[in-house]
Amino acid sequence: MPRLIKRGVITEDPWLPANPAADTAAPGHICTLEQWQRLVEKSGSAVQLEPGQEPLPLFDDLAKILLVVINFPVFTDGRGFSYGRDLREHGYTGELRAAGYFIRDQLTYLSRCGFDAFQLTDESGLEAALDSFQDFSEHYQAAIDQPLPLFRRRLP
Amino acid sequence: MYVYDHYDQKIIDERVAQFRDQTTRFLAGEITAEQFLPLRLQNGLYVQRLAPMLRIAVPYGLMNSSQLRKLAEISRSYDKGYAHISTRQNVQLNWPKLEEVPDILAALASVQMHAIQTSGNCIRNTTTDQFAGVACDELEDPRPYCEIIRQWSTLHPEFAFLPRKFKIAVCGSAQDRAAIHHHDIGIELVPDRDGEIGLKILVGGGLGRTPAIGSTVCDWLDKKHMLTYLEAILRVYNKYGRRDNKFKARVKILVKAMGVDAFRQAVEKEWLALKDGPTTLTEQELNRAKSFFRSPNYQVLDGEVALTALTSQCAENPIFGNWVKRNTEAHRVPGYRIVTISLKATGYAPGDVTAEQLELLAELADNFSFGEIRSTHQQNMVLADVPLSGLYALWQQLQEAGLATPNIGYLTDIICCPGGDDCSLANAKSLPVAEAIQARFDDLDYVYDLGPLELNISGCMNACGHHHIGHIGVLGVDKKGQEYYQVCLGGSQSKDASIGNILGPSFRQEDMPDVIEKIVSAYVSLRGEEETFLDTYRRVGIEPFKERVYAQAD
Repeated sequence: MPRLIKRGVITEDPWLPANPAADTAAPGHICTLEQWQRLVEKSGSAVQLEPGQEPLPLFDDLAKILLVVINFPVFTDGRGFSYGRDLREHGYTGELRAAGYFIRDQLTYLSRCGFDAFQLTDESGLEAALDSFQDFSEHYQAAIDQPLPLFRRRLP
Repeated sequence: MYVYDHYDQKIIDERVAQFRDQTTRFLAGEITAEQFLPLRLQNGLYVQRLAPMLRIAVPYGLMNSSQLRKLAEISRSYDKGYAHISTRQNVQLNWPKLEEVPDILAALASVQMHAIQTSGNCIRNTTTDQFAGVACDELEDPRPYCEIIRQWSTLHPEFAFLPRKFKIAVCGSAQDRAAIHHHDIGIELVPDRDGEIGLKILVGGGLGRTPAIGSTVCDWLDKKHMLTYLEAILRVYNKYGRRDNKFKARVKILVKAMGVDAFRQAVEKEWLALKDGPTTLTEQELNRAKSFFRSPNYQVLDGEVALTALTSQCAENPIFGNWVKRNTEAHRVPGYRIVTISLKATGYAPGDVTAEQLELLAELADNFSFGEIRSTHQQNMVLADVPLSGLYALWQQLQEAGLATPNIGYLTDIICCPGGDDCSLANAKSLPVAEAIQARFDDLDYVYDLGPLELNISGCMNACGHHHIGHIGVLGVDKKGQEYYQVCLGGSQSKDASIGNILGPSFRQEDMPDVIEKIVSAYVSLRGEEETFLDTYRRVGIEPFKERVYAQAD
């Protein structure tokens, strides 16, 4: 079973990966956006978004979704950071997972954008990657992890 | 100037530690070169033709004397004893060792400096008017807004992996000295009908391969909305900017593709969700930012008396008088003047400054200008608050150090990127071209007679030398493995912004001084009384220049 970091601990993934070739996702599998849109019952669903697929179509059903995976086919494509924030700002409270080829040095930024699960394609660095969550203890901007910008919190 | 508190210091220190760890992992082979690339770029580190290059951020061009001394010390300990002022008001070191960069960053952090986001596809150093706070034509000091933007953009979690680099400039004066029309976002402080000052927002200006002038997306915005509005623009860009072609990835391309109205609508839509949220600026925060840029303790001087004394000094020493005329500007406070220090002496790379000169400038800043100094995007330095009575002593010391070339705003005050001598992106060398042109125009009286004339040279399409917006622009191009130079005329970086037009086929390096000479002599014969180069060009167009330059010798 593939492993991932979830809320700061390494755990096994109960979900099976998306299969874009199938018309409908088999039980236990993550849906592609197309498969998810065809789902009649969206309760308990899991869906994966690719770069270029904004989370907009999910907004009406956010309460029903258990898992949104944002895929990073290359770590330099930063669209997923905005997608993550969009989802959280629209009230999504389920698991928000980054998957693919992002790197551990992006973990602080990803978690600030609302991601709480991280599935690195290369699992060998998973333990070491945990250290990267400690990179910064203070931030200037408001984000999902800290809704107030520093200028509203600054004490002399 | 802005002074870090424990929050700012902590963020910068943690960044140094993070980069130290990343460098260690890279050297140990735990990070691939491809993965390390954006990490090092976002800490200002390029790998160049001969050595790495480290670009140090100088937020909106403002430094104090201890920072200058630290830069001098760093350039001696870790480099070859000189530094380079870039066209983004930053400082570049051309010969650091990769493994020593974390130590350099730590040394910078000790004087509240860093190299964060000086390159890479992220929000870069915000730039502004080098005369901010002292210019006579200023509506409001832009620096508090620059500092607020600096903090907001520093390590912004959502916008570190944008389609391409992103540059912001702010201007608060009648004359635009920050080239805001040529930035991804240009912000201008403007009054509304009732005289309340707000922000005009331009998007999609830029240089590079596809030069463009920014379009207005908002005519007047309440200052408190500045960051939420910027955040909305960046979010639209991050989501929809092209990522398939690096040459089409800047926001200017997106604005053109969508059309400015559709772009504005997309921004307004994103903004609706952010507007009045926690990132809305508070009165307290605006005041806090402003508190760092209050006027220094100016002496109350009798401007008339000081001016009379200066006039007689100038008459006694015409060389000094000439320098005052060419390199100093009126100051908003009576008895003071703004001094621009030319880093454009013939024979030295434009913008280069040695460790000794940096130390001297630190001392001069302490003695004559409240301990502060500014770098300019024209690659010079500015002492902004010099009392008239100090000008002569200041000039003498600058003169001795080779820093009193009286050419600010004239033909030989050339903006020039490091080019093919240092930069791995360059198609052609730029420094020897600048030097040859400076050497050709060694008759200062002739240069003054030509009036204000901006000559900008870039060694490649990336346009670090801002060639599109020079009155005369020179671009190095590669023609079947040979270095050639294309010339454009009529660019302007001011509020009457324009992009230069290409003159015609490109030239060999050795022909460049002749070409420039033909262009300026064409101007001299075409100009009306008191007519500047740019005005003449705009009146007569490119044809007369073309005819003169490409005429066959009989």
